[in-house]
Amino acid sequence: MNAVRFDHVSKAFGTLKVLDDISFEIPMGQAFCLLGRSGTGKSVALRHIVGLLRPDSGKVFVEERDITELQGRELAEVRKHMGFVFQNAALFDSMSVGENVAFPMRRHTDWSESEIRERATKRLADVGLDKDFDKMPGDLSGGMKKRAGLARAMALDPPILLVDEPSAGLDPITAAEIDELLVKTKQGGTTLVVVTHHIPSARVIGDGFAVLQDGRMLASGTLETLDASDDPVVQAFMRAQGGG
Amino acid sequence: MPLPPRLIVDRAGAGLLDGIQFVGALATFGGRAVRESLRPPYEFREILGHLFQFGYRSAPLLLTSGFAIGMVLSMHTRASLARFGAEAMIPAGLAIALIRETGPLTAALLVSGRVGAGIGAEIGAMKVTEQIDALEATAVDAFKYLAVTRIIALMIAMPLLTIMMDFAGIFGGYVAEAAVSGMSWRLYFERAFSFIAYSDIIPSTLKTVVFGYLIAVVSSYLGFATSRGTEGVGEASTRSVVMASMLVILSNVILVKMIFFFYPPVSG
Repeated sequence: MNAVRFDHVSKAFGTLKVLDDISFEIPMGQAFCLLGRSGTGKSVALRHIVGLLRPDSGKVFVEERDITELQGRELAEVRKHMGFVFQNAALFDSMSVGENVAFPMRRHTDWSESEIRERATKRLADVGLDKDFDKMPGDLSGGMKKRAGLARAMALDPPILLVDEPSAGLDPITAAEIDELLVKTKQGGTTLVVVTHHIPSARVIGDGFAVLQDGRMLASGTLETLDASDDPVVQAFMRAQGGG
Repeated sequence: MPLPPRLIVDRAGAGLLDGIQFVGALATFGGRAVRESLRPPYEFREILGHLFQFGYRSAPLLLTSGFAIGMVLSMHTRASLARFGAEAMIPAGLAIALIRETGPLTAALLVSGRVGAGIGAEIGAMKVTEQIDALEATAVDAFKYLAVTRIIALMIAMPLLTIMMDFAGIFGGYVAEAAVSGMSWRLYFERAFSFIAYSDIIPSTLKTVVFGYLIAVVSSYLGFATSRGTEGVGEASTRSVVMASMLVILSNVILVKMIFFFYPPVSG
């Protein structure tokens, strides 16, 4: 079964076409990296998967359910199968780090308060933040925020994890730590959809790849396929940042 | 150089269309809030949290303002009634003015400033930092969680705050009166409520439920409509206060007319 499938998806904002007839599929358990320069529609594609945006035409399937047709509770049910790590973490700034991680558990489970605290602490420990349970998001560094965002996204052990620019704004060491966490998550059986323009990260995390340029898909396949591509833009992209 | 007449008409037309669009979007938002408030989950925990924020935390502002307004009204009332030798009517006159109009309207305007600005800024900040998207991605209905809970909480808080303000005002009036005439609290209280009927207290207090609804709806709407980063958040906050205050004042005209229709003023 496919975890995610895009079927001829197009999306425009006003006159600006951001996605132009995009199709791809991501099998369960695979780590799929959407690559491309900034502003090429990668994050917009990611937002379609979780139903934050709807396509002008085409369909998006999550676990073979057409998310573009879903509303209200049905949509919420599908969303419970996904975790979303935002580029800037988007932690709820009125809650402590621990409360952020506990939030999905409080909303969607009937676990006791002590069980929620225990599980939230465990999730934070997975990303090395168990001592920061009571800190407020404003007190964290960029890398810590991203790790806390990952812990929140994984709070309910979703089968699909969507990650928007995991390395953006981070130093190389912290970025490598985040990559390592994502690889560990993948090894646990979670399907990853990672949007990035950082080729070294993609090489570490990804099993499948697609390159977007001006809303169109330039190339897709394995790392070897993209490395061997004749397309000059794909070549330039794959060789950039020490990627090839 | 003055603008050509055609350009003036164009701009006025565009402004009018924007205004109509805003009113339409606001009405849709408010209507959706009513519909969603009737559907589970009811988010009692969030509503209680907001009730504490809006009610308990606004109480010092409203009590202090009510007390000061009561004192000032008492001084003005004394100055007017003393000319006719009707000082004995000061407590009743003050109580009627406060309970019927000054208390509810002033409370609503103060809450527009304190709570309306807060709602607009808070939701606006969540919008520009993607926290609203994060809520949705966590399978939480952000509209219900953020807007509906605040609207219900403010509808509950407003009449309670208004009653507090009314009593603070009457007490302020007593302090001002006692300082001049040495009137006892018991006599003042008896005289204040001698002309007050339930039809004075209940409709004018209950109309603040509508004020609470309008303040929370307009502020939440502007918060959700925020764009352009921190500048947009500031704008949402300011516009929330302006729009909420304006809606309170305008709706008050209709509400007073309705109250007079159901409870005609006694004359003679």
